[in-house]
Amino acid sequence: MKVLLIAEYENDALRSASIAAAAMAKSVAQATDGTCELLLLGADASAATAHAAQYAPVHVAEHADLSPATADRHAAVIADLVQSQGYDLVVGAATTYGKDTLGRASGLLGGYMASDVVGHEVVDGELLLKRPMFAGSVNATVKLLGGPKVVTVRSSAYDAPAPNDAASPISALDVTPGTARLDVQGVASKSGGRPDVTEASIVVSGGRAWKTSEDFENNVGKLADTVGGAAGSSRVLVDAGITPNELQVGQTGKIVAPDLYLALGISGAVQHLAGMKNSKVIAAINSDKDAPIFLVSDYGLVGDVYELTPQIIEKLAGTCASA
Amino acid sequence: MKILVPTKRVPDPDQRVKPTADGRAIDTDGVSFVPNPFDLIAIEEALRLRENDGSIEVVTVGIGVDDYEKELRTTLAMGADRALLVETDELLDPWNVASALQAVIEREQPDLVLMGKQAVDDDSNQAGQFLAAKLDWPQATFISKIAIADGAATIDRETDAGIESASLKLPAVITVDLRLNEPRYASMLQIMKAKKKPVERIALADLGVTAQPRIEMVGVEVLSSKRDCQMLSSVDELIQKLRDEAQVL
Repeated sequence: MKVLLIAEYENDALRSASIAAAAMAKSVAQATDGTCELLLLGADASAATAHAAQYAPVHVAEHADLSPATADRHAAVIADLVQSQGYDLVVGAATTYGKDTLGRASGLLGGYMASDVVGHEVVDGELLLKRPMFAGSVNATVKLLGGPKVVTVRSSAYDAPAPNDAASPISALDVTPGTARLDVQGVASKSGGRPDVTEASIVVSGGRAWKTSEDFENNVGKLADTVGGAAGSSRVLVDAGITPNELQVGQTGKIVAPDLYLALGISGAVQHLAGMKNSKVIAAINSDKDAPIFLVSDYGLVGDVYELTPQIIEKLAGTCASA
Repeated sequence: MKILVPTKRVPDPDQRVKPTADGRAIDTDGVSFVPNPFDLIAIEEALRLRENDGSIEVVTVGIGVDDYEKELRTTLAMGADRALLVETDELLDPWNVASALQAVIEREQPDLVLMGKQAVDDDSNQAGQFLAAKLDWPQATFISKIAIADGAATIDRETDAGIESASLKLPAVITVDLRLNEPRYASMLQIMKAKKKPVERIALADLGVTAQPRIEMVGVEVLSSKRDCQMLSSVDELIQKLRDEAQVL
């Protein structure tokens, strides 16, 4: 298959979610004796090309009108390239950008799309895709009945591939984006300087037990900083305005699979578990010994997070190499 | 102004799902259905927009089997003006849902399509984007805020990077996220009254649409996330276990 990876980047580096998606894209290309190429889109895409070229040949679609990214313009550029160059498979990360833009691109390409892919297999030349349904309570194996196929990949399901020894070629594409129909005024982020929950190897996450933003920040946030990790939260805190929405882990929030997920005062609703149950190690502290979070945890401690979290911070302060 | 709200019936998310005997699909025998929770948020928002602008008509659409009328009646009880049932016995994938909706939109000529960002059964998150692409309309996905004035919508979108503020001209396809609102419950009186509201039925074929499947399920596996949890007695023990046994600190 001729595979095109739509890579997201920030400044001069690819986003880790896109590198994980590259693992899937390259694996399919290899299993089908095909090729894998990368596409970078944006007003300032050149900065990230050197990083991208460590993984596969890179096409750069650079145009002032491609930033800020809007689904209509990006999807049109992607669909045009896929059609003119005859790509069989388009791969992207299952981020909000991927779902928004690749969804629209697939709509232009006939709708052969699978979202949130967590595994794949090529059997007799046919691509079988594994994807979660029903809040992750089942994995379905699906096949797309035609093409060009489009998939979004869950970064937590694939390990980042090693960069190639030699850089691949980079080529510039001449693109003329159409009219933008979404007029973007700006993006407001409240998460501060911490790593994103999807990119950290340790996620410290808080739930219903936390009463105020200050308490969350002084405990969950501070512990995250102590271990050099990210702060996450369950939906209930986002709904209550205690944490910003980009911290939400769950079926409708972000899907994470860090080395350690530390759940502080999270009861463990199925929608939350859908977002973190594939973490390598899960540890939970909750005042209710019957909280469902313990059923999916490796280590559990029953107690008041207000009392225990400062103790952990105190004992770990200055001892974590990654902080 | 007319707002069209597509709705999907999904197995009640509080039930346990199980595969069919051949392991190739989800068994829906004896399962109770509810309107997709995200679609209820879309209906709620349409009703709130109508509260500010009495000229707005809210029309809900369902695509599916005869039984579907029950879930559509729920949308009428909440306050939708009328409902349309596109009848088909086939389970449509997102592409074919978008095709059916496109045909409905040609008949209904709405100014705005407001729908859930995903259905909580297949969790695809595709139909809205497909529909916008097929119609060549502007799209805004995952919105948590909307205001309408002068033929345009001003919205907030929930993205991985934070809240994106934007505007778009109508007609448009807009998909809603969880935090947009808390949908109302219909009272018994409203449910009774809704029985008199019209549910128009039209066969999928009469819309000129033949389902052309894009995706096929070949297997399904129920996942268990259960782990053997070691219950510990102190913070010291927890740190020691995470450090020495799990080696993640």
